[in-house]
Amino acid sequence: MLKILKYSFYDLMRSRWSYVYFVFYLLLGVVLLFLNNNLSKAVITLMNVIIVLVPLIGTIFGVMYYYNSKEFTELLLAQPLKRSSIFLGQYLGVALSLSMSLILGLGIPFVFYGLFRSNDIWDFSLLLITGTFLTFIFTALAFNIALSNENRIKGFGYAILLWLFLAVIYDGLFLMSLILFEDYPLDKLSLFGTMLNPIDLSRTLILLKLDISALLGYTGAVFKKFFGTNFGLIVSIIMLSVWVVLPVLRIVYKSNRKDF
Amino acid sequence: MKKGFISLIIIFCASVLNIKAETIEVCTTCKITSIKEAIAIAKDFDTIIVKKGTYYEYDIVIDKPLTIIGENYPVIDGKLKGEIITIHSDNVTVGGFHIINVGISYTEDYAAIRIVKSKNFIIQNLKLEKLFFGIYLEKAKEGKILNNTIIGDAKQEYNSGNGIQLWYSKNIEIEGNYVQGVRDGIYLEFSDFCNITNNISKGNIRYGLHFMFSNNDVYKGNTFENNGAGVAVMFSKKIKMYNNTFKENWGSASYGLLLKEINDAEIIGNTFEKNTIGINIEGTNRINYKNNDFIRNGWAIKVRGACYANIFSGNNFLYNSFDLSYNSKMNDNVFDGNYWSNYAGYDLDKDGIGDVPYRPVKLFSYIVNRTPETIILLRSLFIDIIDFSEKVSPVFTPDDLLDNNPSIKKIEW
Repeated sequence: MLKILKYSFYDLMRSRWSYVYFVFYLLLGVVLLFLNNNLSKAVITLMNVIIVLVPLIGTIFGVMYYYNSKEFTELLLAQPLKRSSIFLGQYLGVALSLSMSLILGLGIPFVFYGLFRSNDIWDFSLLLITGTFLTFIFTALAFNIALSNENRIKGFGYAILLWLFLAVIYDGLFLMSLILFEDYPLDKLSLFGTMLNPIDLSRTLILLKLDISALLGYTGAVFKKFFGTNFGLIVSIIMLSVWVVLPVLRIVYKSNRKDF
Repeated sequence: MKKGFISLIIIFCASVLNIKAETIEVCTTCKITSIKEAIAIAKDFDTIIVKKGTYYEYDIVIDKPLTIIGENYPVIDGKLKGEIITIHSDNVTVGGFHIINVGISYTEDYAAIRIVKSKNFIIQNLKLEKLFFGIYLEKAKEGKILNNTIIGDAKQEYNSGNGIQLWYSKNIEIEGNYVQGVRDGIYLEFSDFCNITNNISKGNIRYGLHFMFSNNDVYKGNTFENNGAGVAVMFSKKIKMYNNTFKENWGSASYGLLLKEINDAEIIGNTFEKNTIGINIEGTNRINYKNNDFIRNGWAIKVRGACYANIFSGNNFLYNSFDLSYNSKMNDNVFDGNYWSNYAGYDLDKDGIGDVPYRPVKLFSYIVNRTPETIILLRSLFIDIIDFSEKVSPVFTPDDLLDNNPSIKKIEW
């Protein structure tokens, strides 16, 4: 598995798209920092970018990589290798290279700006951690979609739809249901709703450290307990890990049964 | 004739000596060992100097004009028995004591120092600890409360008192005090023409400063930090609030400044930083908000209703989660020439004023008002989209609520 991982990783490192992705984040970081002159405001803007763009790029890139390397995958399948290690190797290769572009691209300008001397280093590391989680989650979801769909166009369609659903439509439905049931106690429902969507989950996780905690305390005791303490942070991170593990397990399951 | 003249001089001198204020010393090893004794033998306008030591006394009544000064902070311990010092006379000065263990009662408001119907008093440099009420002014006039330190350990509202309380008092100057851990740091009820300057009120369970039915008061240069709510101004008129700092009043029902039923006030040059709600206004009319900084509050200003003819101009709204929240579609307040860090317009003619009006009320703040739990969707992409569409064509938010001249740069004054 490590060999395949290494191969996919180097293959992607040489590809143009990794550089484009890296340079995009580098530019974003530089522009935000040197136009804004305010580290903590830059962190908020970056959060908006990360929770929208990272999943999108993760999904598209994952699907694209799977379809493009299909012939090579079939060649590998002819060798005496475990199927799960082939697909997991590829998945980890994609996810790691994307995460690396993200961390280096955003990290370098912030380090030059003087991150280590600033108090915002925790907010920023949390941002990078959730960004990495999101990359792993959405690449895994993309591999799932690609494994289940032979048709490329369909695969891409589903991938985009998945992103659109989790990034935008889900929140709309969520908001509607909250307003619809406003006569009932909603705090548990809304916490539950957040847990079910990795994008919402990462957003609240970052906002916990920024501005939401006191605003949420305003709403009720359950929120206050959840968001006012480290309990919320720990539960959110566990949920994000679950969000990585479940799709990965499905990759293993699906790849073992798939007929190529 | 000559003899008579000399005797006249002698009589005059004697009478002068007689009225001349005497100094009485109190210490644990002196002839006079208690403050009560010293007050009993003192004549009007005498000075009593109390040396370092611990004096177990309560119900000390000062009923003549005296100056009582503690040297090196002697301790007066009330042993939780009741009130410690009560002043019933004009022209009294008390200073330099460390007063502890005021009695706690559910029927009477015991205070460390109470001033009743007196004028021209000065209460200064006291340290009060383990108290119920700190300094209590009852129908007092023209006095000064200077540089006292009041540190309470209040846990609940119902069994704690206020740091400095004014009741039916006039022309009082409160300056340089430090109040911490009581119910209300400074409380004014039916008290007019008072000046409250450069105090620090911190960590109190209810309000840092509280006005009730008090008019024409001024408070400036004070700091209110981490209280249940910074300052509450209720049912009062013509209060002037200048250059105060309200910060970190952070919590489920915390305000920097709570305004309820107040008219004709001025709020100028204050800083509101990191409060859950910067200013909460309800039923306020003709208030002038100018040159205030609202920095990183949850809500900078929350308007609850019945607020008319208020003017907000030249304020800085910096990185608040919500700049403004309204609960109705009616608007009779003016927003003009403020700086909004969320403003996304442009300034083509380079006059420092944005060419597109700014709408401070977002649709999301309207939704959160209705269903508070929706706050969990803060900063979501979907929310940004609906906020944008509401900005383009307002349906739910007041459509005449605009800042027509938003500043492009942060306003300096």
